[in-house]
Amino acid sequence: MTHTSSYEPSTGIEKWIDQRLPVPRLIYDQFLAFPTPRNLNYWWTFGGILTFMLVSQIATGVVLAMHYVPTAEGAFDSVEHIMRDVNWGWLLRYTHEVGASMFFLAAYIHTFRGLYYGSYKAPREVLWILGVLILLLMIATAFMGYSLVWGQMSFWAVTVITNIFSSLDAVIPGLGTRLVQWIWGGFAVGSPTLTRLYSLHYLFPFVIAGVVVLHIWALHIPGNNNPTGIDVKSTRDTVPFHPYYTIKDGFALVLFATLFAGLVFYAPNLLGHPDNYIPANPLQTPQHIVPEWYFLPFYAILRAIPSKLFGVVALIGAIVVLFFVPWLDTSRVRSTSYRPIYKWFFWAFVVTCVVLGYLGSQLPEGVYLVLGRVFTAYYFLFFLLVMPLVGWIEKPEALPGSIIESVLGPEEAPQATKRSALRRRAQEPAL
Amino acid sequence: MADTTSATPAQHLSDEDDPSRRDVIMIAAGGFAAVGLGLGLWPLLDQMNPDASALSQATTEVDLSHVEAGQAITVMWRGKPIFIRHRTDKEIEEAKAVPVDDLPDQLARNANLPDNAPATDANRAGKDRENWLVMIGICTHLGCIPKGQAVGDPKGDYDGWFCPCHGSQYDSAGRIRKGPAPQNLAIPPYAFASETKVKIG
Repeated sequence: MTHTSSYEPSTGIEKWIDQRLPVPRLIYDQFLAFPTPRNLNYWWTFGGILTFMLVSQIATGVVLAMHYVPTAEGAFDSVEHIMRDVNWGWLLRYTHEVGASMFFLAAYIHTFRGLYYGSYKAPREVLWILGVLILLLMIATAFMGYSLVWGQMSFWAVTVITNIFSSLDAVIPGLGTRLVQWIWGGFAVGSPTLTRLYSLHYLFPFVIAGVVVLHIWALHIPGNNNPTGIDVKSTRDTVPFHPYYTIKDGFALVLFATLFAGLVFYAPNLLGHPDNYIPANPLQTPQHIVPEWYFLPFYAILRAIPSKLFGVVALIGAIVVLFFVPWLDTSRVRSTSYRPIYKWFFWAFVVTCVVLGYLGSQLPEGVYLVLGRVFTAYYFLFFLLVMPLVGWIEKPEALPGSIIESVLGPEEAPQATKRSALRRRAQEPAL
Repeated sequence: MADTTSATPAQHLSDEDDPSRRDVIMIAAGGFAAVGLGLGLWPLLDQMNPDASALSQATTEVDLSHVEAGQAITVMWRGKPIFIRHRTDKEIEEAKAVPVDDLPDQLARNANLPDNAPATDANRAGKDRENWLVMIGICTHLGCIPKGQAVGDPKGDYDGWFCPCHGSQYDSAGRIRKGPAPQNLAIPPYAFASETKVKIG
């Protein structure tokens, strides 16, 4: 796309295909020869890991759907049937269940990576927005998938989350109630609700796959950002994607898959809630409803706000604010590594997300409620106040002259000017 | 199909190029297509609304003869739990003692009364049977089932119901007193068929 094609079909059949549907050319140019900054660290390997997780979830999901029964009466039993009777059913279901957690783990790391290195800044705004859209679709898909188990936590999660829409009654009386009944297909969560969640849970991963294609397309127009945040200036700044990053991504994927397999085989229920092994009961709410770990920070935000409507607005706002990050950040440099003040606020934000996750798992009372409000306030202040103001006030540290200079040092990089050599920082790695 | 400016005979040029004529065709065709799209879309959306079988579960009759003062039962109506509590004199007095102006939600939320009826205890309790309270047992916050029906359940600070999900507290007339819930517990349409029978719906 941005670089000129270096693909040369050698055999007759390759030439024949290349003139008709040049898929081999696309693969060669975009995934083998693609010029990639030579200084990408391991935080850049999560894109490949996420692609693997999407494929893994679709593959296990499609076969689980061959055994699952989407009715209020049959759902819970069919999941147990998969676990006990279906050949390899336990493995497929645990891989799918733990896979959701691993998918979110990778997605969150990938998002924080983009946030730290300013990967959302021009010219990568559309790339970032598509990423947030994928995150939103993942949240919807994971929520619907969790409901299908039809245990107590599934049932009450659906009840609580679909009731969020009834808060619209505060805007136009009756609208929220009508909307919730439309979502339920009845007057309470029941079989009609379950079947539609099942239908959409099967559809959404393919929508995600479509947006992933656009996400990768949007990545391949400007090319990768990199840890220095400076643009690629010459071919010496890049290496071909293959073999350099196929190997690096592959190695990281092996490590990630080891953790994944460790959880599947040794602690498949570590991240789940035991109450979801109790069949759904519409007459009894569990003492303590908690979502899966990956939703806990958002759940803490929902509960921190004492008004129903504004709690919901904050919950939705916590994701929607991410869409505006490219324009909220006013800094001239991309990478937080060169931002002495913002750095502190960034890590405080990471801590905030983790603490909100913990608070989301606790009852919203006493000190937990107060802390929930404090950290919710910081979550939003980080985006709405810190990002615009710090970028404006702060004086960034000197950037290296080029990517090659940041890797090899200025003496080894003939293109580097004397001036940029003076700006070289002592802690830069020298090969 | 062909290029209209070059292939058409000269005498038709003025007709073919008349911009107002093109606009009319464009708007008419576009408008017709939009109406067709809307009509086609409606069944796809409306199929999700409660269907005839859900709507048909309209009424439930409940026998209350075995429910003593201080006891409560839960029955199902339209897939929702209905709380029926036989209130004690103490609970009734507590509910009556609160001025309506002090309540977070000052409307009765009683389907048997006009929408603007105030949330007095009389408007919440059964008509001429103030010891009976019949409500939809779904927290108006996010739809959990509040505790307070069974013996030994937490009843909150107001001798009513306590929602375990987000800590909403309802008083002995089912009115929201504390916590995030925006409304009093809703009262379904119901009537006493006899001294000991109530018909819900």
